[in-house]
Amino acid sequence: MKKNGVVSRLLLAVMFLFLYAPIFVLIIFSFNDSKSTAVWNGFTLNWYVELFQNRAVMSALRTTLLVSVLATAIATVAGTAAAIGFYSMRRRSRTACLAVNNIPLTNADVITGVSMMLLFVFVGQGLSAFSNWLNGLQWVEDANLWFDFSFSLGFGTLLIAHITFDIPYVILSVLPKLRQLDPNLAEAAQDLGATRFVAFWKVVLPELMPGIVNGMLIAFTMSIDDFVISYFTAGSQVSTLSMVVYSMVRRQISPEIKALSTLMFVAVLILLVIINLRQARQESAAARRRHAAARQP
Amino acid sequence: MRNKYVAFPYVGWMALFVVAPLIVVVVYALTTRDGSLTLDNFSSMLQYAPVFGRSFFLALLATAICILLGYPMAYYLSRERGWLRRMATMLIMLPMWMNFLLRTYSWVFLLERNGLFNSLLESFGLPKVNIIDTSGAVVLGMVYNFLPFMVLPIYSVIEKIDYRVIEAAQDLGANSAQVFRRVIFPLSLPGVLSGITMVFIPSVSTFVISRLLGGGKELLLGDLIEMQFLGSAYNPHLGSAISLVMMVIVLVCMGIMNRFGEGEEEAMLL
Amino acid sequence: MKKTLALMLSLMMLIGLLSGCVSTRDESTSDGDSTSGDSSAQQTSGGVVNVYNWGEYIDESVLEDFEEATGITVNYQMYDSNETMYAKIAGGGADYDVVIPSDYMIARMIEEDMLEPLNFDNIPNFADIDPALLNPAYDPENLYSVPYMWGLMGVIYNTTMVDEADIGSWDLMWNEKYAGDILTYDNSRDAIGIALKLLGYSYNTTDEAQIKEAVDLLIEQKPLIQAYVMDQIFDKMQGGNAAIGSYYYGDFLTMQEVNPDLAFYIPEEGANIYVDAMCILKDAKNKENAEAFINYMCSTEAGLKNCEAICYSTPLMSVREELDPEVSGDIYAYPDESVMAKCESYAGLPQETLDLYDSEWTRLKSTSVD
Repeated sequence: MKKNGVVSRLLLAVMFLFLYAPIFVLIIFSFNDSKSTAVWNGFTLNWYVELFQNRAVMSALRTTLLVSVLATAIATVAGTAAAIGFYSMRRRSRTACLAVNNIPLTNADVITGVSMMLLFVFVGQGLSAFSNWLNGLQWVEDANLWFDFSFSLGFGTLLIAHITFDIPYVILSVLPKLRQLDPNLAEAAQDLGATRFVAFWKVVLPELMPGIVNGMLIAFTMSIDDFVISYFTAGSQVSTLSMVVYSMVRRQISPEIKALSTLMFVAVLILLVIINLRQARQESAAARRRHAAARQP
Repeated sequence: MRNKYVAFPYVGWMALFVVAPLIVVVVYALTTRDGSLTLDNFSSMLQYAPVFGRSFFLALLATAICILLGYPMAYYLSRERGWLRRMATMLIMLPMWMNFLLRTYSWVFLLERNGLFNSLLESFGLPKVNIIDTSGAVVLGMVYNFLPFMVLPIYSVIEKIDYRVIEAAQDLGANSAQVFRRVIFPLSLPGVLSGITMVFIPSVSTFVISRLLGGGKELLLGDLIEMQFLGSAYNPHLGSAISLVMMVIVLVCMGIMNRFGEGEEEAMLL
Repeated sequence: MKKTLALMLSLMMLIGLLSGCVSTRDESTSDGDSTSGDSSAQQTSGGVVNVYNWGEYIDESVLEDFEEATGITVNYQMYDSNETMYAKIAGGGADYDVVIPSDYMIARMIEEDMLEPLNFDNIPNFADIDPALLNPAYDPENLYSVPYMWGLMGVIYNTTMVDEADIGSWDLMWNEKYAGDILTYDNSRDAIGIALKLLGYSYNTTDEAQIKEAVDLLIEQKPLIQAYVMDQIFDKMQGGNAAIGSYYYGDFLTMQEVNPDLAFYIPEEGANIYVDAMCILKDAKNKENAEAFINYMCSTEAGLKNCEAICYSTPLMSVREELDPEVSGDIYAYPDESVMAKCESYAGLPQETLDLYDSEWTRLKSTSVD
């Protein structure tokens, strides 16, 4: 293919400017010595200090990271298992399962969030009525038992919601790897004396790994960036970072939040640069090896 | 390695947390506050036809702009080589790691009447423009937020095109415009289709972008739904009915579109 | 074997979910009454109080002071209008103890049995409340609420952008000269209320025709509106991004500190006087902590801090005495008879009028301007 000319490079540059202009504004104003974003009042690092003292923001950060990590971990394991299961099903049931699996992906976030909220509230009220009924029974009283099934929206429901919208991404990125998998590989391993489990662990899983990692990354990104579904399912006890930001953008964005997103941005940037550099080094090393091998007589 | 039983827990999970919630929505949509059966929630839907119309129009507009901007971007990206290309793909994903609300909100300070953009215009002696709190700003917000979802699938499809196919076309005498029109574009279509899905659906249902950049004047479907559940006009039954209608329309649209391109679900992924 | 494994996994999950739901009943609940026990079982559980308040409506250091004084942890969240607060609680997804709604919303919540009567023995500071605010229309026997702040609403305008000759009435917000520079409320009661007043009707009318006429007037106004806002008005007015807006007087004072070009007036047709009061939700899990919180908010120290931070009018007599005479003499903050005569408070409305408000509000918001 042809290389890019000046014009197309320029176009790319303009597009990146469009994507990054608002982010740069945020970063610059995180150093502004004023609560307002309208005027520049001089440079300060104050907001970075205050960030770590702002309880609401810090606890939201904790909740966000915790729910994203947990949901991603659970979704990765469950999604991989489910993908293997779907792959092993007969065509008909697989199509049905995949169709249901696609619902959270193709449904609007608002609907996913709202429907889960309605379900949780409905079940919560049902269970609370049920435990009241149980506690009223004679034998329960005689056994000196006290049932309390009631629950309300909170971290648990938030986690369930995140897992539910994360799993489909994992499944969809593991399935293609399963299709590419040579079915003889596992059989060969078993013929050579590996148990089914060892064959899976040592032979099949490494083949699936790129798909699993890819799915995991997507799931994590989706969890971290989600607002709408969390907004409807988190209830009153916990807030994610997005929810704190939402309650702030309806008033005044506090500069601590800008400082926090600057830090997060820099952290992710560094991480990605490191990954990139390592990849580049590996590639050039591989190229050198190939080159050297080619020169061998 | 085949074992269908390992999928069973997830099938149960789906029944509980994907199917059951939708059933609850249907139940809500068909009942009134005191629990009696009704179709009123649907019959009053006609009143909201303008909202449906506006949402679909703005979302289509945003999707079209995303294709116009995102396709060349993905195409040029795929022609870059080495670190530049790796860096560029990474830079497209990076904004997703910054809070989506904050990114959207910072357009407010950029576009506000006395915001940065207008100060810039002023310093060049140009008149100020009013962008914020208009439908234009809402579309801008949609394009800005969902553009990566258009670029990435197209990019990943173009990148996988077998270069020999292009060479073959060139050998057979096609010029570069023809190569693009007859070979590259048709092969990249699955990416475009999944890009459309990934841009259109969040655009048509957003309430955050219209709330932040539209000044709460131009109600979108997402606003209308949110308003009935956690907003200023509490009526979850009506909200459920609107959600259902929206869901059906969107699913039908997507179904038709995917029939067109025999949509490959894997293309959705990065 | 696979099947049993899958079954076992699912069973384990189920048991995990159910465990912790069963315990032995303690003596207070062993009377077998199925309805009495649900809150008492957890009442003593502890050191938390969940507070749901308006945004920008507290000096946040007061929360820390409260935690230090009592050892109770505050889980503090904010809403932007009475209606969103109501939706969140009515939707069943929330678990708050203390909420701070306005008068008319308190009336509605009492009517719908959403509030818990307070135990005033735990709120000794209640004695400091201005007697003029006791036994209000929204809570006639004063069982459910303790006033938090009160004030007036009116029109805020930017003197550099608005002609002095145009001010005086609500019709400033319909003045086409300022098209695109006008902000109005993003909640049905306040927004519709403005139109009702301009038409010369009462805020508390239940006449369907009058309410519809008011909404028609708002639809007429819609092309002139820059945005429907709640607390976003701060940034917009402070930055000079809008010329006219209607909001609460206390918030006007906050905005004026940033932008001295702003001015305030009460329209001649009259405006709203409101009280926001602290209430405890039905079946609140931490009722005693909630009462401790309410009591602390009524202390002179906390009241003074809040009052200075948010500039609203305080219901606490001791705080008012300590305020700067310039503040306590402010005619809009502590209005005299002549201003009071122009003001009307919102009353609770019957259910069909509330439904009408909701559907008319949706009609206004879904109307297209272009």
